Amino acid sequence: MKSIHVRYFATFREKAGIASETLELDVETTSDVFEQTRDRHGSAEPSAHCKVAVNDVMANWQTPVADGDTVLLFPPVAGG
Amino acid sequence: MFTINDQAIDSEALKNAMAEPAAGGFCVFEGWVRNENEDRPVERLEYEAYEPLCITEGEAVLAEAAERFGILGARCQHRTGLLEIGECAVWVGVAAAHRDEAFKACRYIIDEIKVRLPIWKKEHYVDGPSVWVNCERCSKHQTAKPPG
Repeated sequence: MKSIHVRYFATFREKAGIASETLELDVETTSDVFEQTRDRHGSAEPSAHCKVAVNDVMANWQTPVADGDTVLLFPPVAGG
Repeated sequence: MFTINDQAIDSEALKNAMAEPAAGGFCVFEGWVRNENEDRPVERLEYEAYEPLCITEGEAVLAEAAERFGILGARCQHRTGLLEIGECAVWVGVAAAHRDEAFKACRYIIDEIKVRLPIWKKEHYVDGPSVWVNCERCSKHQTAKPPG
């Protein structure tokens, strides 16, 4: 198990009812984090429609996560 | 330079700061808050952003535009918070020796900004509950269209 600090944004934050939390998760990649927190962020979206960052660096869904990492889960973006 | 904050965008000040004697063309794109979307009347928009990564990614987009199109200068400012109809949400300015590279770089910057930066837009409607654009709407479309 790894201790992962997860941050939720926009609709994910509203659905989770919390902006961030630290979870003990059995995960290897960012994709695992997304799937194992689906009951929190409530996304009906596949991860491919969303973005992810690790420790404030843009990542992808194959990016490995380590104990103590901060994973930022971004719903589909809509700037401009 | 890429900047993002909750202050009203001052287009004239942004443009004036980019004065460049070698520039023969200056291209501006402004994204404004529109009063409807997909036939629904919109009352106002709310932008949320994760600013640290917006700045990193926004600066990368501007650097790419400079590299690709050989422009003399580029600037983008995005706004966050509650915006009313007609207000400017995003401003892109590009100075170049000639119009062709100014137009192309300006288009490149706004297109990339819209799909790469962690920015989210909530539409507040006149006739119903607010919706995060590209989020709830995607799943709603799979089930039922909103009333009206």
